[in-house]
Amino acid sequence: MREEYAIDKFKTKRIHVMDGYADRHVLDKPYRDSGITGVYERSEVDQLQDDVQQGYAYRRWGALKPLLSNRGAVFGLIVILIFVLMAIFAPYIAPRPYDEIDLPNMLRAPSQEYPFGTDEHGRDIFSRIIYGARISLKVSMLAVCFSMIIGITLGALAGYFGGVVDFIISGITDIVWSFPVTLLAIAFVAALGPSLNNLILALALTGWTGFARLVRGEFLSLREKEFVKAAIAQGIPNGKILFRHMLPNALAPIIVMMTMELPKAIIVESSLSFLGLGAQPPIPSWGSIMSGGRSYLLEAPWIFFFPGFIMALLVLAVNLFGDALRDALDPKLRD
Amino acid sequence: MIKYIARKLLLMIPLLIGLTLIVFMIIHLAPGDPVDLMVGPNVTPEVHENVRKSLGLDKPLYIQYFTFLKNILKGDLGTSILKRVPVSELIVECFPVTLKLGIMSLILSFAIAIPIGIQAAIHRNTPVDYLSMTFALLGISIPTFGLGLLLLYFFAYKLGWFPVSGHESFKHLILPVFTVGLTDAAVTARMVRSNMLEVMGEDYIRTARAKGLNERVVINKHALKNALLSVITLLGMRMGWIFGGSVILETVFSIPGLGRLMIDGIFARDYPVVQGSMLILGASVLTGNLIADILYAVVDPRIKY
Repeated sequence: MREEYAIDKFKTKRIHVMDGYADRHVLDKPYRDSGITGVYERSEVDQLQDDVQQGYAYRRWGALKPLLSNRGAVFGLIVILIFVLMAIFAPYIAPRPYDEIDLPNMLRAPSQEYPFGTDEHGRDIFSRIIYGARISLKVSMLAVCFSMIIGITLGALAGYFGGVVDFIISGITDIVWSFPVTLLAIAFVAALGPSLNNLILALALTGWTGFARLVRGEFLSLREKEFVKAAIAQGIPNGKILFRHMLPNALAPIIVMMTMELPKAIIVESSLSFLGLGAQPPIPSWGSIMSGGRSYLLEAPWIFFFPGFIMALLVLAVNLFGDALRDALDPKLRD
Repeated sequence: MIKYIARKLLLMIPLLIGLTLIVFMIIHLAPGDPVDLMVGPNVTPEVHENVRKSLGLDKPLYIQYFTFLKNILKGDLGTSILKRVPVSELIVECFPVTLKLGIMSLILSFAIAIPIGIQAAIHRNTPVDYLSMTFALLGISIPTFGLGLLLLYFFAYKLGWFPVSGHESFKHLILPVFTVGLTDAAVTARMVRSNMLEVMGEDYIRTARAKGLNERVVINKHALKNALLSVITLLGMRMGWIFGGSVILETVFSIPGLGRLMIDGIFARDYPVVQGSMLILGASVLTGNLIADILYAVVDPRIKY
């Protein structure tokens, strides 16, 4: 008997054809509905699928190609990398420890010895800013990761199960969504007490709504797709369908949202630290350095200026990269 | 439309319950005994017990919550532990300042953002677009308090054009309003631009052009009206951000508003004050959203449900 294969319209699945049946579909009329486009010999199918695989590989990574020709994205990526390296190697780059108090040298203007000047305790602003990158990146990345985990879980459950589950989760999401993140985060920190860990917790507990809404929407539409229905019909456990079958298909918009949430988290962290509700002294968060500069605005403007400038640079870099990534990965958001 | 508004009003109920729950839990999530936190360790057990009773902390949690709700409805937000005056009095004093700042900033923000966003969309991919979007990108990258400090340094300390702190006269408000207005305008301009671009891609715009209408007529009569409709929904969203941001801004400019009251309350562990100001700030955000929703229904006849 001649070995025949059918192939679906996406050319990803090959279906063994026997006696005029492909899988469960009769090959005369209904096969059009099942998306099967034709019956081929084995060698033809191999060739077709090879082409398609290459096409997919191109589509997946090719989407990222415009990133490299986008000057803003490249600039953003380089700046982000510099900040990450700065955070990792802070003890080797910083000329002084971040908490070295040197009262005779307090409020020194920027000079060769102190590139960004010193604060009211004679601490080197330059070193504090370098260590500050650790705080800023650690808090914002952890906060965004935790909010992503909460948001994906809740959004996936709501979108996949629908009904009462969806009603309850969407209700909670809408309530939390209605309040500005800053205000909610302050409420949590007010309750838990000001500290860096509580700030991360507060940011995670308030920042997840965007992810939840996004993932719920994605999963609602994915749930109607053939491959999910097929998985359900095969009796694959829900957990596996959710995270192995559906989640990878919603990954691109999630990554885009992550890069959009990161700068927000950096700003909220520094804002709360500025208010004294985040990093506690002597931990050098950019926000808390600036808060110290608030009292010496006229005598020592460098205290608030340099950390502010460095932070704006990082946020700008992440925003630039995020915008380009969104344009590349999420055609829905492209204008 | 009545139905739509009624639905929006009904939706306020779970939102308000959510808000009161969040505010209520502030005192209960705090590590340790809230009474200890409030009165300090140097009091007799009797005083300790009296404070506990007067706050109703000896009762089960759900009864405490209902008492809390009942008191809110009566307009009783408790008594400040530090200042020994009713919290509602403090709020009545502080709220107008925050509200005035918020509304002025919102007006400034939209006055800047709408023309910029629309122009950027109309002249898409031209220098006008690139320039305004570059400014918008810079604007969203600078934290509000950073810009506040910068403006304060240059215009109040260096140039002496504006007073350094206070809120009494119009002159006092210019710097804070510009700080919030400018940072917020950056976010809003980006949104207005993408709204306008979306409208420009609609079928009725293509139809209008196909009819051979003048491009100016297409933009002013067809596109602009529809783009401005969606701007109204932004109004509610941005209102929330502006009230949330007031907390930070009032610290930068030493303005005795509701946000400042709340932050001072947090450091003094004056929980009734924190709860009261959080409640009012949250409720203003929700009211802002509601007003925007209703306004949207009033101006857009398509909303009927």
